[in-house]
Amino acid sequence: MMTEKKWPETWQEINPGCMVFRPGNASEYHTGSWRAKRPIWDNSKCIKCGVCYIFCPEGCITEGADGFFEANFDYCKGCGICAHECWPKAIAMVNEED
Amino acid sequence: MGKRVGMEVAIASAEAAALCKFDVAAVYPITPQSHVAEHLSDIVNDGRVDASFITVESEHSALSAAVGSSATGARTVTATSSQGLLFMSEILPIASALRLPIVMLIANRAVSGPINIWNDHSDIMPMRDTGWISFFAENGQEVVDMTIQAFRVGEDRRVMLPVNVNMDGFQLTHMVEPIIMPDQEEVDRFLPPYVPFATLHPDKVVSMGTLGMPEIYAEAQKSKDVALVNSIKVVREVWKEWEAQFGRKYEPIQSYRTEDAEIALMTMGSMGETAEIAVDELRKEGVKAGLLKIKLWRPFPFDELKKAVKGLKVLAVTDRACSFGGPGGPVFSEIRCALYDVAKRPKIVNYLIGLGGRDVQVENFMDMVRRAAKGKLSEPYEFYGVRG
Repeated sequence: MMTEKKWPETWQEINPGCMVFRPGNASEYHTGSWRAKRPIWDNSKCIKCGVCYIFCPEGCITEGADGFFEANFDYCKGCGICAHECWPKAIAMVNEED
Repeated sequence: MGKRVGMEVAIASAEAAALCKFDVAAVYPITPQSHVAEHLSDIVNDGRVDASFITVESEHSALSAAVGSSATGARTVTATSSQGLLFMSEILPIASALRLPIVMLIANRAVSGPINIWNDHSDIMPMRDTGWISFFAENGQEVVDMTIQAFRVGEDRRVMLPVNVNMDGFQLTHMVEPIIMPDQEEVDRFLPPYVPFATLHPDKVVSMGTLGMPEIYAEAQKSKDVALVNSIKVVREVWKEWEAQFGRKYEPIQSYRTEDAEIALMTMGSMGETAEIAVDELRKEGVKAGLLKIKLWRPFPFDELKKAVKGLKVLAVTDRACSFGGPGGPVFSEIRCALYDVAKRPKIVNYLIGLGGRDVQVENFMDMVRRAAKGKLSEPYEFYGVRG
């Protein structure tokens, strides 16, 4: 059964109809590997409004105990929407290779 | 033992679905399928089966609703024709990919343009590669029998695929034919209640229709192909069982007077009966003619074809759809491909016939055989009887 693995290795292991019987397993797919740029927060500019958290299409931005925000880089695709929406300009998109 | 009735074939196909006690019918009416849609609706309205009839705004919605209902474990039937089938095309491969045993009754009709409501196979042929099992019925009796067989084959746990039953629009759908309508008890014995592999239900979590990344898409396609290829064993088995129970024989390729034949016609659908008469007439003239009738289009019966063409010198394949700018009609090109590795294969010629409801008579089939025997075909494929 495919429930034991991240995804089936062979065609024989695929459930009929590609049905998935374990809910929420999309979280095991780390879309962070797609990222070319990563968001970096400058907390000296951040006003803790949470607009980055609201607009993140991946839902990978969380608020820390101190009220500042950070992205989970296992899932952050680097789309830059958070940086685009951040009106105090507290988020910079930085090339991954830099 | 069933009851011999005189019934319009479209009505009979809906009656056959009723004998299968469908749970859901999601159908949008279109000529020449409309009587199927209307009668399914009547059957539900009259409470003859415990079922829902979903009135939909289009064929795209009809098949989408059918996918949804089948995914909940409901025995589901739909029906369409021509442009309606083309409008369903987006959902067709999804139904098979989800391995949902929906049964679709198709009243085969030409596709536009020019707009034409009459019969040919240009609706189903472009849908060939959508992963459905395809039966082709030759007469009203076969429509009824194949409709019942379709549920049995599709729902078999070794298959789990949707099945379409092709019946020629008007030539079959609007004919009143003598049909032996099986009894409810007989059908119940042949077709057990549907036990789905999995169903959409809040208590038992399952995701259907998930994303398939490049890492898994090819494996998913392979598994679907294997399912369709292997389904032929179940089709053969079910047809044998049908013969044992009902006494009517079904074969993927049915041969008519081919034992010593040198030249054979090949047909699909209702024209087989006309071609039979042509073969009889040619035999009277001393022509060693025969006929091969394809009843199972998908999965394609390669083994049966190779066996059926043994000893033939010429095979005249008739197609009722065009493959514009291609190698010939879709049936022709498949037959040629299937026999490529057979050392002693017949010469294979192709006639495109009966397009958009053009009548094809006994003399036409006789003429096709005579000309094919002489090798007098100017092109790889010929629009038979075309003016100009």
